[in-house]
Amino acid sequence: MRVGLVCPYAWDTPGGVAAHVNDLRTALMQLGHEAVILAPAEDEDALPDFVTNGGKPISISSNGSVAKINFGPGPAARARRWVRDSDLDILHVHEPAGPTLSLLSIWVSEGPVVATWHSSLVSSRRDIAAWSPIIRSGMEKIRARIAVSEYARRSLVEYTGGDAILIPNGVDCSAYAGDEPLPGRARGSNTLMFLGRIDEPRKGLPILLAALPLVARAVPDVNVLIAGPGDVEQVRAGLDPEIADRVEFLGLVSELDKARALHSSDIYVAPNTGGESFGIILLESMAAGTPVVASDIEAFQRVLAEGRAGVTFRNGDPADLATQLIELLGDPQRRARLRTEGAVRAEEFDWSSVARRVLAVYQSVRQGGEKVEADFSRQFWGRLPLRRGGGSGDAEETEA
Amino acid sequence: MKVDLFWIIVLGFALAFTIWRLSALASRIDRLHHRIDLARASLDTQLVRRARAAEALALSDLLDPASAVVLARAAGNCRNADPADAAEWGLVESEMSRDLREVLVDPEGIDALRGTIDGRELVDDLASACNHVMLARRFHNDAVQSARLLRSGRLVRLFRLAGNAPLPDMVEMDDAMPPALVPYG
Repeated sequence: MRVGLVCPYAWDTPGGVAAHVNDLRTALMQLGHEAVILAPAEDEDALPDFVTNGGKPISISSNGSVAKINFGPGPAARARRWVRDSDLDILHVHEPAGPTLSLLSIWVSEGPVVATWHSSLVSSRRDIAAWSPIIRSGMEKIRARIAVSEYARRSLVEYTGGDAILIPNGVDCSAYAGDEPLPGRARGSNTLMFLGRIDEPRKGLPILLAALPLVARAVPDVNVLIAGPGDVEQVRAGLDPEIADRVEFLGLVSELDKARALHSSDIYVAPNTGGESFGIILLESMAAGTPVVASDIEAFQRVLAEGRAGVTFRNGDPADLATQLIELLGDPQRRARLRTEGAVRAEEFDWSSVARRVLAVYQSVRQGGEKVEADFSRQFWGRLPLRRGGGSGDAEETEA
Repeated sequence: MKVDLFWIIVLGFALAFTIWRLSALASRIDRLHHRIDLARASLDTQLVRRARAAEALALSDLLDPASAVVLARAAGNCRNADPADAAEWGLVESEMSRDLREVLVDPEGIDALRGTIDGRELVDDLASACNHVMLARRFHNDAVQSARLLRSGRLVRLFRLAGNAPLPDMVEMDDAMPPALVPYG
């Protein structure tokens, strides 16, 4: 199958959706399919040859963060040309519920269209109300809707009605395979690991640091690797002197060092207090063979298969976290069992399984031999009788 | 006279806008109906495929006799159901889903079935068909919901933009697949 993927956010700015689109493409190719990508880009020359430039993005602040997207007649013409020239069997757009390249791509196409909702660009009911009359005609073309998390699915159902298939983000298990640790830090010395912004309270580092003295009383050589950006000095200044020498800050780590650090750790701790919609790091940790102890927030419970693939503690409760850690550190057999269960669970979320599920969606919306056509009849100038005959020339004329 | 001309032009624009608006609405309805037809065809195809896969498994000698009889009978019922009778048809297909869940209940049994090359192919095909049935029905009903929403609009009803097309219905049935098959779907 030949699939066209549309990423609405600038390709040259690292981000979750762009990474997802790229990984999905790789996984589809590995299953023997073809995939090309359309995305806005600042620098066309830097794009790999499978990405088509959808025009220059502009920065929009939404939900407290900045999104680089684009919209307008220029990008619309680019999208139309891309659809016309790419010979697609499936058009798969990402995050379409806003004024983005994804929505434009739907507008200019006719045929099997699939869309994936990641979080939501839409931050309030008022926003969606402003857009809904215009986007609805586009939404009606989407034959299958996918949500990457229960959170995304719920907001989709709430705002637009209808339902979506839940297909989570993938994990590249192979990147965490093996057991190469950080230099000189082999697993087995009661090492815990935390990853996340160290000065963002919702990531829960203070809870782990509060639990640590309790753990140290039972497990004297317990120590912690802390990876992630943030002000180290500030956190170090607030440390209980009893445990100060057991804590090592790694700062922002590369993907490779993340895997190594996981291989150096006996337990990965995820004390997040909320605001997590999925928990990919938990799966990465399980793929690396490091058992997980996580807060019992909904998203984590689900990833840990309700406790089968990992241990949970009462959210926000350092004493309970300490109890669970002491128990697990003292029980190598249980750790071995969790390692096995965790590896199985992580495999279910490997990109190869995720891509297979996405392919099943493609197959069920495409009727034998159907193609995605560039659609001119939907444009109001395309409706004029004069233009109907030789429509394909006007993409160049309308290009800004 | 000038005023009259002004109003004629305004009226002309208003009329053009209304016609454009109505034709846009009509083609949206048309497209949704087309989408529903496609989705329905896809669901029918997948249900036939599922019944065939269940029958093939029943005739394979890999199941115990009692399970084989249950699946073969369910498959026969699906084949003989009158597609025009939506209620009966939904019941028969739901029955098939329940029978499949009853027969293919334990993961160890599935593993044993998948131990042979034939068994593996049969089970995987059945699992894939079950999964596709669920997807197809969900996407069909999604399209039906969009169409019903659009057709409930005032303009659509006033100008009868949906023509004589009957109001589409959702397909109601039990399509849950055997949990033990989920990993192979």
